Amino acid sequence: MEQEQQNSGGVQKEEISNGAKGMTIIVKTISSWVKVLIFLFGIYIVLFGHLTPGGGFAGGVILASSYVLLMLAFGREFVEKDLPLVIVSKLDCLGALLFALIAISGFVFGGTFFFNFLHQKYHLGESLRLISAGTIPLSNIAIGLKVGASLFLVIFLLSTFRRDASSNK
Amino acid sequence: MPYELCFLLFMLGLYCAVVKKNMVKIVVGILIMEYAVNLFLVMLGYRHGGVAPIIDKSYLESQAALNNFVSSSVDPLPQALVLTAIVISLGSLALMISLCIRIYEKYGTFDITEIRRLRG
Amino acid sequence: MSIPLPAFVAIPLATAFLLPMFGKQRKDAATVVANIATILLLLFAIACIGESGVYEIGKWPIPLGINLVLDGLSSLLLLAIGVVSAAVMLFSAGYMEQYTAKPKYLSLFLLMVAGMNGVVLSGDIFNLFVFLEIASLASYALVGFGCGHEELEASFKYTVLGTIASIFILFAIALVYGNTGTLNMAYISKAIQSSGMNAGLGFAMALFIVGFGLKAALVPFHAWLPDAHPSAPAPISAMLSGVLIKSLGVYALARVVFNVFGISLAVGWLLITLGILSMVIGAFLAIGQWDIKRLMAYSSISQIGYVVLGIGLGMMLLASGANPAWASLAILAGLFHMVNHAVYKSLLFLTSGSIEKATGTRQLTEMGGLARRLPFTRTTCTIASASIVGIPPFSGFWSKLILVMAAIQAHYYWIAAIIVFVSLCTLIMYLKVQRYVFFGELPENLSHVEENGGSMLVAMVFLACLCVLMGLLVLVPSLRDSILEPAVRVLTDGLKYSDVVMGM
Repeated sequence: MEQEQQNSGGVQKEEISNGAKGMTIIVKTISSWVKVLIFLFGIYIVLFGHLTPGGGFAGGVILASSYVLLMLAFGREFVEKDLPLVIVSKLDCLGALLFALIAISGFVFGGTFFFNFLHQKYHLGESLRLISAGTIPLSNIAIGLKVGASLFLVIFLLSTFRRDASSNK
Repeated sequence: MPYELCFLLFMLGLYCAVVKKNMVKIVVGILIMEYAVNLFLVMLGYRHGGVAPIIDKSYLESQAALNNFVSSSVDPLPQALVLTAIVISLGSLALMISLCIRIYEKYGTFDITEIRRLRG
Repeated sequence: MSIPLPAFVAIPLATAFLLPMFGKQRKDAATVVANIATILLLLFAIACIGESGVYEIGKWPIPLGINLVLDGLSSLLLLAIGVVSAAVMLFSAGYMEQYTAKPKYLSLFLLMVAGMNGVVLSGDIFNLFVFLEIASLASYALVGFGCGHEELEASFKYTVLGTIASIFILFAIALVYGNTGTLNMAYISKAIQSSGMNAGLGFAMALFIVGFGLKAALVPFHAWLPDAHPSAPAPISAMLSGVLIKSLGVYALARVVFNVFGISLAVGWLLITLGILSMVIGAFLAIGQWDIKRLMAYSSISQIGYVVLGIGLGMMLLASGANPAWASLAILAGLFHMVNHAVYKSLLFLTSGSIEKATGTRQLTEMGGLARRLPFTRTTCTIASASIVGIPPFSGFWSKLILVMAAIQAHYYWIAAIIVFVSLCTLIMYLKVQRYVFFGELPENLSHVEENGGSMLVAMVFLACLCVLMGLLVLVPSLRDSILEPAVRVLTDGLKYSDVVMGM
């Protein structure tokens, strides 16, 4: 088995996926397949936000919940190795800054904040297709990124609190 | 009739937030109040026998079809307001729950009658 | 108009999300960036004095899109928020070294400033609610920042009560939308003028008064303030007591009641009653306190009572058809007192923070004789106390004098008597503070405290100079006409707000 490799201290990924922590092996196998589908569904909801119901916030919640599924099935340490918290918090800030950048570029190119310069000035694409409605899909992507990262961070940190642990936030 | 039920739900949430002694129950009471207000806001835009406010290629063909769509669709503005309100209540719920957990770590209880160091 | 209005909201928001990228290693760079942002906001606010305009976001015309409105009242409050937040950010550069998560504090602080600026500038009632929530959520988190026992308890109380108030406000907005069909404040005002008040709108008005009254800490709804303000770190107490309860509570109440719903006699008397209750109860409860910040928190309740009394008196005089000059004098007194209180109450809280950092305690019985050890703190605290009590020539004297004059001129002598009586109570409570903190003998364990230097000193001296100079705002006619008169005119003109906004 692969447990002999990477024998540095702590919990290794192979140990977890072979049943050392978390739920039973059936749950682990299925959830590792389903997680990818949920993530893809979340990306679909974010991208098609200007045509069908959904958009940035709903898609972001679904993106976060795919990682929460992973956390429930495999345990917290596995997800922490997979996606370190520092990167998630930087992604969070990046999403918000991207949104601010879109607003300011509306100001620079068009004259007022949030001006939909791609649609009303440059006329990119025809209406009711995927590439249309100007800056709205870009805002949806920025918000989806931010909401997904924030919600994942909130749920992860709430599950870290314990009664006697020296938890620091 | 549905507006009265909404108001009843609001009063139920307010009763729960005011009377109960457990911190988590107070938070649940606040959540029920927020749901009641969101429900009220969505019901304001409803029109009997209306269609969903999602526009399609077939509606854009002529002005008459567009007018028909506008006069028979449900009002989409309260739906946008509710989306914003749900996001805000999510943020405030996360803050309240993390405060409850931190208070439990420090005081050892969820009972608000025992958490009374500040008085006077 | 020279400065785009969304800059007041976009600059603090963008900086607040840029700061966590710095991380813990480079927190000095983060502090410098945050200070630059608040000083830039102050400069923008000074540049916007005397201007007015409407800014449509995204170039969508008014009933379809959200607009930002700058008029006299907004520019007065933007100036107050700019001054206080610049001074407090400078103070917290030195004070917050004792906490470990400083970049997070700076982000939350800038979010709160962005929210307050947005509330003051918004021209759309749901946008006002969203910015109100941003500022409130940031302040709930900041009150419990130290994560000690009492901070968490105070923060929980504040969060629960504040969230219930916000839900009431949202319910009222839903009722208003259901009755008028639009969310823009100018259009709502036109619709209410043409259709009149019905039961739904009356209930919405009551809910607005309850919701905004809780944010402003008027008396039946003040229960969160004496716990939240002392437990917060000192710069946050200064911000909360100085600008948050005014811009989220008093400004929003004035805007909704004067400009959107219109003046009515019953609401005017209601505001006068709430103001008098707040003044008297706040003053009585403050005299018996032994914790310095809790005493100042109760005195905040009392001073906000002055502001609401002034505004309510103005509304009642306008609605009962008396001489409009009396009404504008009362409203001038209320608004000037609001701006004064922002400056000297935040200075008082900053000096109490400096005392707490030097001595390590907040109880009056454990302090004494600090006059020689902390000279700058003592001078600034004395200036601020003289101002709040109303000793000439400091700024507080002028605003109280104008309020008493307005009450006497309108032949309401009992209101003037209550104002003078509460001023006497304020004198008693601040004499108590001065005597127990600065005079008397120095206890053993405090014999080696040192004055706090650096940025904390600069901030306190800046605010103290403003306290002395603010009296000129009323005395010099040109300053009064450019800063205070437009604000008063916005409120006395009342329903003409909708014509002004739709005409621009």
